[in-house]
Amino acid sequence: MKPFQYLRARTVEEATTLYADHPGARYLGGGTNLVDLMKQGVETPGTLVDVSRLPLGEVRELPDGSVRIGAMVRNSDLAAHPLVRERYPVLSQALLAGASGQLRNAATTGGNLLQRTRCPYFQDLSKPCNKRAPGSGCGAREGVHRDHAILGHSSQCIATHPSDMAVALAALDAQVELHGRQGERTVAADAFHRLPGDRPDQDTEIAPGELVTGVLLPPAPAGLPSAYRKARDRASYAFALASAAVVLSVEDARIRYVRIAFGGVAHRPWRARRAEEALLGGAADDAAFSRALRAELAAAEPLRDNAFKVPLVRNLAHDVLTRLAAAAPRH
Amino acid sequence: MATDAFRSDVRLTVNGTVHEVTVDHRSTLLDVLREQLGLTGAKKGCDHGQCGACTVLVEGRRVNSCLLLAVAHEADEITTVEGLHGPDGDLHPLQRAFLDRDAFQCGYCTPGQICSAVGALAEAAAGSPSYVTDPGTDPAAPVGLSRDEIRERMSGNLCRCGAYPHIVEAVEDVAR
Repeated sequence: MKPFQYLRARTVEEATTLYADHPGARYLGGGTNLVDLMKQGVETPGTLVDVSRLPLGEVRELPDGSVRIGAMVRNSDLAAHPLVRERYPVLSQALLAGASGQLRNAATTGGNLLQRTRCPYFQDLSKPCNKRAPGSGCGAREGVHRDHAILGHSSQCIATHPSDMAVALAALDAQVELHGRQGERTVAADAFHRLPGDRPDQDTEIAPGELVTGVLLPPAPAGLPSAYRKARDRASYAFALASAAVVLSVEDARIRYVRIAFGGVAHRPWRARRAEEALLGGAADDAAFSRALRAELAAAEPLRDNAFKVPLVRNLAHDVLTRLAAAAPRH
Repeated sequence: MATDAFRSDVRLTVNGTVHEVTVDHRSTLLDVLREQLGLTGAKKGCDHGQCGACTVLVEGRRVNSCLLLAVAHEADEITTVEGLHGPDGDLHPLQRAFLDRDAFQCGYCTPGQICSAVGALAEAAAGSPSYVTDPGTDPAAPVGLSRDEIRERMSGNLCRCGAYPHIVEAVEDVAR
């Protein structure tokens, strides 16, 4: 690992200033991904600005009923928080579907959003990768790509985003709060991560030096049905082959509200807007779910070895929709 | 060792003893524990946070010490497997249970398994859910540890000898 300076920020303003004053700096949160990438030589920062002790460690309800999650809230604490468990079960479940107990105790909300793909070509300096070394090519396209994208990939990059949490945030219409030297702004979680296009090195819409300070969840009534389901190669502690986050409200046998996001199938959490539009106002039954999900997945472009993901993600989403429809309160 | 742009002094409390050490910023907590403090209980298995052999407790929470930079843990309280015993030297109930249940073969993963189990039991007692906990469970109540719960909560600790059935029994003995 390359030697680096270590600086601890006491305030958000100090963090962004230290970052600006030290070219090649990186923010350090829980470090569960960054430290690993530094060991692999994928990340070679000259300076680490430690933001893990910034006062961004709270989950708080705001007067309008929305819930603000500080960027330094640890994944385990967020998953266990009563507000999250009661109002946003999909978020708690997605967090608990990711990583291990030890990693969730260290990993932060902000860092979870900013973690990099686990594409083996990205993590191996001896291999070409347009995300790590723009212009070097993509080893995965004709190589080992069973775990890779089926939606929205480009000739440059077929990587998937590894986060489970971010899939739930996309389905919850969350906002990501950013602080930069130009001030503060919020970006919809759904638009925070990018498709690769011809800039696969850019995972997100974040600008250099901007710090994720929090995530805002819109108000949700307790009992609004939501759930997350994930398929992986072992029963626990593995990245998603595919996953589905669903929020569903059914009234008088009609779908009044629906959000669906897929994980493990694209460079970002995939909001299934076509399926949502097809379902809204209609019946919550098998035929409708099947039609809507097939319409969404008509856009899938599976690679040589991952066509199995198309029915896999369809069946996962169908199962979650079915379960939530059966549990929907009849109000 | 002098401090410079790439090295700092840190104060770590490990198993109740305060240590002042100069660390290379690149040093993980695992490396400092093993190489500078002589505490070789925590093991370097994969060194990438994938196996759990390096698990220790920081401020009472289980973490992978191979992914933590020591310099970032100034003033933190750290407990390793060497510090789990009682004041009179008695083994921790989980250490006793691992012996009673023969919950290992080669033993390399064992310190991480035991530290992880200590953390997992505390999490369940505090009401923290796992992926297999019924979402309808009261958030304020402790979570009872079925075998499925133990397997899920201990999934961050791999055992290549395959001692899992006895590890689950050992954890179950103490969870009861």
